[in-house]
This record gives sequence, structure tokens and C-alpha cells, in this order.
Amino acid sequence: MLEIKNLSASVGGKTILKGINLTMKPGEVHAIMGPNGSGKSTLAQVLAGRDSYVIEGGEVSFLGKDLLDMSPEDRACEGIFLAFQYPVEIPGVSNSYFLRSALNAMKKYRGEPAVDAMDFLAMVKEKARLVHMDEALINRAVNEGFSGGEKKRNEIFQMAVLDPKLAILDETDSGLDIDALKIVAEGVNALRRPDRAVLVITHYQRLLDYIVPDFVHVLADGRIIKSGDKNLAIELEAKGYGWLDDLVAAR
Amino acid sequence: MMMEVTLETDHYRTRHDELARKGGMPDWLAGLRKKAIDRYSELGMPTTHQEDWRFTNTQVLNGTHFVPAKEAAGASLNLSALERLTLGGDVHRLVFINGRPAPELSDLAGLPAGLTVLPLSEALTSHAALIEAHLGRHARWENHAFAALNTALFEDGFVVHAAKGVVVEKPVHLLHVTVPSGTEPAVVHLRNLIIAEESAEVRVVESYVGRRGVYWTNSITEIVAGPNALADHYRLQRESEESFHTGRVDMHAGRSGVANTHAVTFGGLLTRNDTGVVLGGEGADSTMNGLTVITGRQVVDNHTSIDHAVPHCTSHEMYKAVLDDHSKTVFNGRILVRKDAQKTDSKQTNKNLLLSNTALVNTNPQLEIYADDVKCTHGATIGQLDESMIFYLRSRGIGEVAAQHLLTYAFANDIVARIQVPALRERLNDYLVHRLREEDVTEEVI
Repeated sequence: MLEIKNLSASVGGKTILKGINLTMKPGEVHAIMGPNGSGKSTLAQVLAGRDSYVIEGGEVSFLGKDLLDMSPEDRACEGIFLAFQYPVEIPGVSNSYFLRSALNAMKKYRGEPAVDAMDFLAMVKEKARLVHMDEALINRAVNEGFSGGEKKRNEIFQMAVLDPKLAILDETDSGLDIDALKIVAEGVNALRRPDRAVLVITHYQRLLDYIVPDFVHVLADGRIIKSGDKNLAIELEAKGYGWLDDLVAAR
Repeated sequence: MMMEVTLETDHYRTRHDELARKGGMPDWLAGLRKKAIDRYSELGMPTTHQEDWRFTNTQVLNGTHFVPAKEAAGASLNLSALERLTLGGDVHRLVFINGRPAPELSDLAGLPAGLTVLPLSEALTSHAALIEAHLGRHARWENHAFAALNTALFEDGFVVHAAKGVVVEKPVHLLHVTVPSGTEPAVVHLRNLIIAEESAEVRVVESYVGRRGVYWTNSITEIVAGPNALADHYRLQRESEESFHTGRVDMHAGRSGVANTHAVTFGGLLTRNDTGVVLGGEGADSTMNGLTVITGRQVVDNHTSIDHAVPHCTSHEMYKAVLDDHSKTVFNGRILVRKDAQKTDSKQTNKNLLLSNTALVNTNPQLEIYADDVKCTHGATIGQLDESMIFYLRSRGIGEVAAQHLLTYAFANDIVARIQVPALRERLNDYLVHRLREEDVTEEVI
């Protein structure tokens, strides 16, 4: 589904990603862990198409298409969803209007008819229940005045509505207390499907107790230096990132 | 240059003398007009050397020979075209074309008891005492050349009067349409009056529309909210792209009265709005909002003034502008808190969104506070669309241009959402959506 080959990217002249290789298949959940500054969020933003990052080299193919050649909106329409580490507040645009515009843009891209207003309303209510989001937030301006937990839950809610093929969760657990984290994880688990892949980016192993990954990759200094199964996350938690310094130095 | 100014002054004085000779006006009005034309002669046309006109050059008005607008001969403003200009059926409507009442396009059937809506020219006879008590009492024409000129030369306008205790359910819509008439540029001086007597409530929408041509609209609207009354006023300007528009709104709110005005400006080549309120009775409240959406070489200058004359009054001011291309806007917000006006609570906000690198904003809060126990806040911002917001929208599948439009719409709609006349809110909403898609809606409207 997703094939990243030797991807390098820089921002403001500084190289952040230094040759990433990663292959994901439908139905798989991959976790990327790593210390601050290792390039985790850069990878997420590059995959979503943020143009402040410059691609220095490498390839990314998504469902057989060249991802790096596509605009952010086309990537979204092809089925990529990024749950932001810092969801953006958009005053004056209601969540429901925003989501309907997004959904209809995707339908237009795929040559499908626009969603009917009543059907849409019924669908968003159902998805809100699925991710335990307060229905009142649906008609509020996007993320405006939302608590940290509400913002993260709103990301998962959007994911549920937009129904992506690949979901990238960028530090969705950061800033959440354990109860909020459980709710967000439950939402993500409810959305796991054999034809959907999930890339979980996190600093802490805690989230992976609730969203159990098939593969864990350790990112340090812009490279994946170690891959394994869920036990790698537990080992990391026990030993800390310092344990990996030798691995980085060896490269 | 001086020659020209003198010439135009003489030209307007000639018009004043014509009106005076024609007679048929009460003595007080003849006296007022005489004072006004004399004052206009003293003031002359504004120049950019004057503080109040520093950022807006009105020289072009001096240099143009404007003649009184003629009756629009054969102007075909049919009812179906009118439909698109009005707010739907559920309003009391009075239409003026080139400053003259158009009864055939108006709908004043079924006015509730206690509500009077009629042309000023009629009211001067039928409601003589009411007009004398208010006209020229609130508008500050003495130091404003265009207002002095209006006072000297106005021929008609509207009067809305809600009697004591009358709560008017439907909004009143006053529609001023200008259509080209003759070869010379025309001027229309409109004089309007809105009076809500004690405990009355009335909502009034005043709109100015023109499709083509160089012309000048110079209007004054005086608004009085009596004790415990509500006067809620909306001024929508969609004049032609070549036109000039100078308009004053002067409001007075009595004890616990509420006087609101909203200035929505989309049209005109050069617009100057002077909007003022005097909070003259304890507990009075005023909301003064503005929305300007312009492009090309349009210039819109909003000068506002809030006078807290007595204690315990509140005012809320929010002006927003969206500027594209080479357009330019000025916001000058004066708030005066007089010595005795303790416990004043006043908030002013001015936000500007630049869609191009060549648009220009001048914003100038002007607070004069002479009381010591007051709360006054003000803030101004000038900015462009937020890149992180655009990326967030795009990451959800919304195209770049659509994302820009959506954010611009959201910025502007913040003001529209505050409008208390649902039909107007919907119209403006539609208009904004269309305007942002760069479709020419005025074309289909007239």
C-alpha cells in the first residue's frame, strides 16, 4: 500500500530525513517511535504534502501512484489522512460544514455524486458516537475553543467520517491524560479494518498498550535504525532512547 | 486648483438658490439650508491636509461637475429584477430611484398601527413637527463639507417612525437605486430619518444599489433610539464600480436605549462612511459593526465615532475588511468618554484581511478618555490567510483555491452572522459566496 524508498527531506536548508525505508501493507498497524527531533513529525508532514519541506531524494508510492507528485488535497482524495499533532483552529467554519466540503471534494475527485445533507447528518452523528465525541462539537467552529482532548478526538472523528485507506496519527497521544488516551485509542481500534493501514507516530510506548501495532520502528537522526514487533516498544520503554545512541553512532 | 474649488462651490450655491426660490418649505428648513450652504462655502471640499481626510483623496469630487440626478426616463427596473434586490416578501419596502420615491415598486401595505414609513418630501407636510424636532439635530454637518452640502441640497429620503411602545415585527427595507440619466455625472443627496420612540423597536435595512456609471450618492441618516427603545439599522452599499459614495449615519440613544448600525460595503470606487453615535442616556448601548469587501482600485474609508456622554453606557464595535488587488481601506475609530461618563464599557476591534500584496490598510484607533472609572479596549490586526489553516483544509481534500475562499468567507461571515434580520443575513451570505467565486452578481441584479 505504502512504499517509502530512501526518502530524504529538509526544512530551511537542514536535512531532517536522511533516507527512510518503510513498507506498509493493507490492514497493518505500524508504530514509529523516536526521541524528540528524530524526524517523526517531519515524516508525517512530508507524507501529507506540506510544502515547507523540500524533498531531497527518494520515492514514495501509495497504491502504485507517485505520492510525492501529488498536491495535499489529491493525496487526501487518494485516501491518506493525517491526524495532526497540533490540530488547527479555524474560526468561522463549522465542523460539519468543513467535513461536508471535504467529503464532497473527495467524492468529486472519485467521480461520485455529492452527499445528501440529511444522509450526511445521520452519518456524522453515527461517527461521533463511534469515537465518543460530544455531538455539540459537530456544529462548533473547527477546533475553536476545544480542549486538548477534544481536538485530538475531533481528528479521529474526521478520520471516521473521511474513511481513509491510510491513517497517519502524529503524536495523537501527546498532551492527553490516560482517560482521554483510552477514548482516542478505542476510536482508532474501532476503525481498524483489513483494507486500512495505520501509521502511529509516538514518543511514548503508553499509546501502544491500547493500539497494538504489528510492527514497531525506531526513528533516530532521520533514519529507521531498528524494526521489530510490539516487544520492541516495551524494550524501548524499559531502556530509554539512550540505549539506541550506540546504534546511531555506528551508522 | 483653487479656481476649480471656487467654481464647484458656486455651482452648488446656485442649486441651493434654485431650491430656495422654488419655495414650499418651512421657514426653519429654509434657514437651516442657508446656514448649511454658507458653511459649505467656508469649509470647501476636504483635502488630504485635513486630519480627518488624510488617507482619502476626494479631489476627484471637486473636479467633477455633478448635476442633480434626473428622473430615470424609461428606466426599466421591473419587478422580477427588484425581487433580487429586495429581502424577499416579508418586509415593508420603500424604493427610491435616482432619489425619487417609486411607489409602484414599493410595498407599504399593511403597516402596523404606530409605524410610519414615508418619503421625507411628504413627511415635511404631514409630520411637520416630528421632522422639525429631529432633522439636522443629530447629524454633525457643521464640520463636514459633504454633510453641509447634503443639508443645503437634499430633496428627499425616507422617514421611519415607530410610535411609543410599538414593536415592529417585520423589517423595513429602504432601497435606493441609481440608474444613469443623461450624459453628465449626477449627484443624489438623500436625507433619511429613523425614530424609535420610547420602548419602541424597529429594524431598518437601508441599501444603495447601482449597476453602471459615474455618479455620486451623498446621504445622511439620522437615527434616534428613545428611552428603552431599539433602533437596529443596516446599511448595505453596492453602488456601481465607478461611483462615489459619501454617507453619514448619526445616532442618538436615550436612557436604556439601544442604537445599532452595521455598515456593509461592497461597491463604489470611492466610499467614505462617517458613522457616529451619542450615548446620551444612562444605560444606553450601541453596537457598531462594519464589513468591507473590496477589490480593483476601490477605496473605502470608515470613520466612526462613539460618544460616551453619560455614565453606565456600553458600546461594541467590530469592523472587518477583506481587500484584494489594489484596493485600500481606512478605519478610524474614535471613542470619546466624557468626564462624567463613569462605568463606561467600550470595546473596539478592527480586523483586516489582505488577499494581495498591493492592497493597503490604514487603521487608527482614537481613544479620548476623560473619566477614570471605565473599561475601554481596542485592537487592530492586519494579516493574510493563515498557511497552517490552508494546509489543514487541503490535507482533508479541499482544493487550495477553495480553501482560500472558505477561510475568506469565514472571516467575513463573522460580521454577517451578527445580523439580526434573517433575510438580510441570507442574502449577504449568498452574495459573499458568489463574490468570492468572482462571479458578477450585480450584473444579474439590475
